[in-house]
Amino acid sequence: MKNLFKVLSVLLVLGLALAACTPAAPETSEPAVEDEVLQVAFVTPSTINDLAFSQSISDAMMVLKGEMGDKMEYVYSENMFVVDDAAAAIRDYAQKGFDIVIAHGSQYGSSLQEIAPDFPETVFAWGTTVDTFGQPNIHAYEAASDQGGFVNGVMAALLTETKVIGVVGPIETGDAKLYVDGFVAGVHSVDPTIDVRVTYIGSFSDVALASEAATTHLSAGADVLTGSAQMVIGAIGKAQEADAYWFGTQADQTSFASDVVVASQVYHWEVIFREIFALRGEGVLGGKTFSANLENGGQVISINEGLGLDQTVLDKANETIQGIIDGTITIP
Amino acid sequence: MSKSTKNSSSPPKFRVSAIFDALMPVFATIAALLVGAIFLLILGANPVTAYTALIEGAFGSFNAFAETLVKAVPLLLVGLGTCIAYRASVTNIGGEGQMIVGALLSTWIGLSFTNLPGWLMIVIAMLAGSLGGALWGGLPGVLKAYFNVNEILSTVMMNAIAVQIMNYMLRGPMIDPVQAEAASQIPQTARLEIAYRLPRLAPTRLHIGLIIAIILAVAVYILLWRTTLGYRIRAVGQNQAASKYGGINVKKQIVLALLLSGAFAGLAGMMQVYGVNYRMITDGSSTGFTGNAGFNGIVAALFGQLHPLITIPASILFGGLLVGANAMQRVVQVPSALITGLNGLVVVFVVSSEYFRKRNQRKRMAAMEADHDNEPPDLPAKNLEEVTA
Amino acid sequence: MISDLFTATVIMGIISSGIRLATPYLFAAIGEMFGQRSGVLNLGVEGQMLLGAFTAYYVVLKTGNLFLAILAAIVVGAVMGLAMGFVTIKLQATQGIAGIGFYLFGMGMSNLLFQKLIGVVENINGFPIVKIPLLGDIPVLGEIFFQQNLLVYLAFLLVPIAWFVLNKTTLGLKIRAVGENPEAADSLGVSVVRVRYFTVILGGILSSIAGAALSVALLNVFQQNMTAGQGFIAVALVYFGSWRPFGILAGALLFSMVNALQLWIQVLGIPIPSELAVMMPYILTILVLALSLSKGKGPSALTKAFEREG
Repeated sequence: MKNLFKVLSVLLVLGLALAACTPAAPETSEPAVEDEVLQVAFVTPSTINDLAFSQSISDAMMVLKGEMGDKMEYVYSENMFVVDDAAAAIRDYAQKGFDIVIAHGSQYGSSLQEIAPDFPETVFAWGTTVDTFGQPNIHAYEAASDQGGFVNGVMAALLTETKVIGVVGPIETGDAKLYVDGFVAGVHSVDPTIDVRVTYIGSFSDVALASEAATTHLSAGADVLTGSAQMVIGAIGKAQEADAYWFGTQADQTSFASDVVVASQVYHWEVIFREIFALRGEGVLGGKTFSANLENGGQVISINEGLGLDQTVLDKANETIQGIIDGTITIP
Repeated sequence: MSKSTKNSSSPPKFRVSAIFDALMPVFATIAALLVGAIFLLILGANPVTAYTALIEGAFGSFNAFAETLVKAVPLLLVGLGTCIAYRASVTNIGGEGQMIVGALLSTWIGLSFTNLPGWLMIVIAMLAGSLGGALWGGLPGVLKAYFNVNEILSTVMMNAIAVQIMNYMLRGPMIDPVQAEAASQIPQTARLEIAYRLPRLAPTRLHIGLIIAIILAVAVYILLWRTTLGYRIRAVGQNQAASKYGGINVKKQIVLALLLSGAFAGLAGMMQVYGVNYRMITDGSSTGFTGNAGFNGIVAALFGQLHPLITIPASILFGGLLVGANAMQRVVQVPSALITGLNGLVVVFVVSSEYFRKRNQRKRMAAMEADHDNEPPDLPAKNLEEVTA
Repeated sequence: MISDLFTATVIMGIISSGIRLATPYLFAAIGEMFGQRSGVLNLGVEGQMLLGAFTAYYVVLKTGNLFLAILAAIVVGAVMGLAMGFVTIKLQATQGIAGIGFYLFGMGMSNLLFQKLIGVVENINGFPIVKIPLLGDIPVLGEIFFQQNLLVYLAFLLVPIAWFVLNKTTLGLKIRAVGENPEAADSLGVSVVRVRYFTVILGGILSSIAGAALSVALLNVFQQNMTAGQGFIAVALVYFGSWRPFGILAGALLFSMVNALQLWIQVLGIPIPSELAVMMPYILTILVLALSLSKGKGPSALTKAFEREG
């Protein structure tokens, strides 16, 4: 029995070694030779169904695939929160000949800076940021999350009766901080006396702690809540129980709790990528900075129609959106 | 021991059996991957394509092998620390936190003093990294030795504390001035001076950290088996009561073991910054920076039978597994969750295979004793157990 | 502003949140305690919690049957426990590392199953909050202690039950003997192997229920990696509690209430960096343990594999 096992394992090792040495058979995801099919790959730091950051890029790719049909194919590597692994993935996709490689994580910048020069034919897109390192084949994209935050803040200020609003944040950096800052500014632009309390729970995934943070806000008098990152589903649950309004970000959270979600700031990255694809067709491989904002539709405030909000609130919201687009409203 | 005039080499049957057992971790890994193939099939992926991609991704090309070696460096360093701690019967699962603190301290120094010659700063940074990690490991050591606080509790807590310190420093006092102005607010430091970055071997991402780590592995071997300090550390691990009577300060040795293993982890953290990214970046979690090397390093040490020299190939193989698994994911596009599950399966299988290795070893010992009359007793060591006893 | 912390609302809130947060720790740590008392260290609690959370959630999502969900979680936990037992008891593998392997496997599997079988985050109707008649009407105290979720009551009930089993029953005696001196226990006719399998399987079941408490009672939702390290904290709490059920209760409450406290500190706007607030429960746990005088000695045979001579 043991000898059989020995023999089998030796055979297996030999078999695999042989397979490795022979030239690779056509691999599942190696791009086709014809130029007509656009080959896209994206690398993202969390899972694509986190109802937040990574889901937004995945959703965008799905929309584009729906539009372009057979003319576009995409693959991805999710959960690449280790920068090293992400770098290896980005380089690998470029090496495999993908036309567009998307590095959807601000922490990937340093790696991209090194990799891009080695693949001058490949279009690289880096989000969420504004730096292209002056590289001719890197595009940068970001979301003006403070805009959406501002609009949400304005609406929240109009809806609160206790004049206390709570924010459940993950970690005090990057996108989350930008949204929160915009939100607070929006609230105070309507009524500077409203008390906006902000908590950062120190984690992206601790749903239980987010839930208690929401409970704490509610006990402290808040009747409107908002927050960002995937763990907020715990907070939304508590908002539901307490009949408090919720404002979402990064993804449309209406489906999750349609009785309390007022509006969600949703990213439509596909607006940006349509342009990037088009530019590639014209021979421009990089060097541009894009912003997903209210003006170009890259950012949309998705209002929950089913909630039956007061018309004045809706009007003010639309007014604010228009104001930001026109430039008449600036966010501090 | 009587010397024999006959040929005293071991019988061929024993040699093959011993080699087979030394390779046990490899066979266990293969077994785990076979089980993983079932999952691949369920998910609609072709196991042969998948595993071919894995091997190619790990060892299939010059670049791939370089990536494997880059991955292996922190594994080796943390693994060496594990070897030391284990010999003193102390479990150090605080590698994640120690890597972070070591990296923070060495990065801070590198960014604060920008006019030193490159080689000097690298040496200072290595010392700083080791110091940071030693601090973070030594504290649990002191807590265990003098306050009887179990090291599993203290290291778990301190891992979490280290992450918070990292997040605060990288978005606050240590943030890249460019980021501080920009809207993106990425929590990362400025880049290190070009002179301070670890030189690279060949036009790949592999840096001299590998050479340094290998030298250290040899040093650890010498420390544990050829010095009095090493003897004391091993003695404490074997039997605390007896060591005390033998005049060895048990408390001190426990602190020392955690201090040293923490130092290695801290050095691993420094290497990640000075050799790979040239800046410190966080995504808010600990694994975002360490890549789980704090835990995987322990596994690599186990693959290496907790012997500093064997840990070198073990780290390379395990590093290859990790790198190859990601390459596999890209080819067959399976969810990354499967890769994590496979990682777990491999660990369980390898750790279980110890059973077969020990059993065979005992059989061989018994057979040797039975043959005592026919064979000269002065046989060379058959396996590591005898070497390390 | 710090004085704001001493109002009734805040104190009530801290205790109430603390009780809820402590619930998964109680289930998982008590389970781990039994295993460790018999000599087996299980670092894979986190993986068992995640699988239990997913299993219970999936059953409720598909059938709406809460009882069935707990049953399913128990089965899954038992299977994981059995596997862990086989590897550590029969194959005598290094316990700590085996646990890490099971943790990774459990985490990977729960995520994979979620992605393939469900794919979208949505909430469900889980176990309800139960107001205990009469006691629940007591002003202030009633709201904090007697208007909690059903599984919260179960978790706290588990503590005296575990104490009783461990200290007042023959089974408990056997468990403690096996953990203290397995050779002696063996010579007295106790099957070391069988006792250890029992405790490890029990530990698996309780960890699984801990996860289920999160997904189908307290939070009514499942998300990937939702336990966020709570399994490891649970193991740490066993050491804090010196392997005693009431000690574990103290540890779970200490950790959870300080966590609730730091949230209030942030909400009230007390100006300390958020990271410092988040650190508080971890720092305090170490401090309290370091300064406490009554630290029990652990089971002498903890992590040592047992082998019968001959």
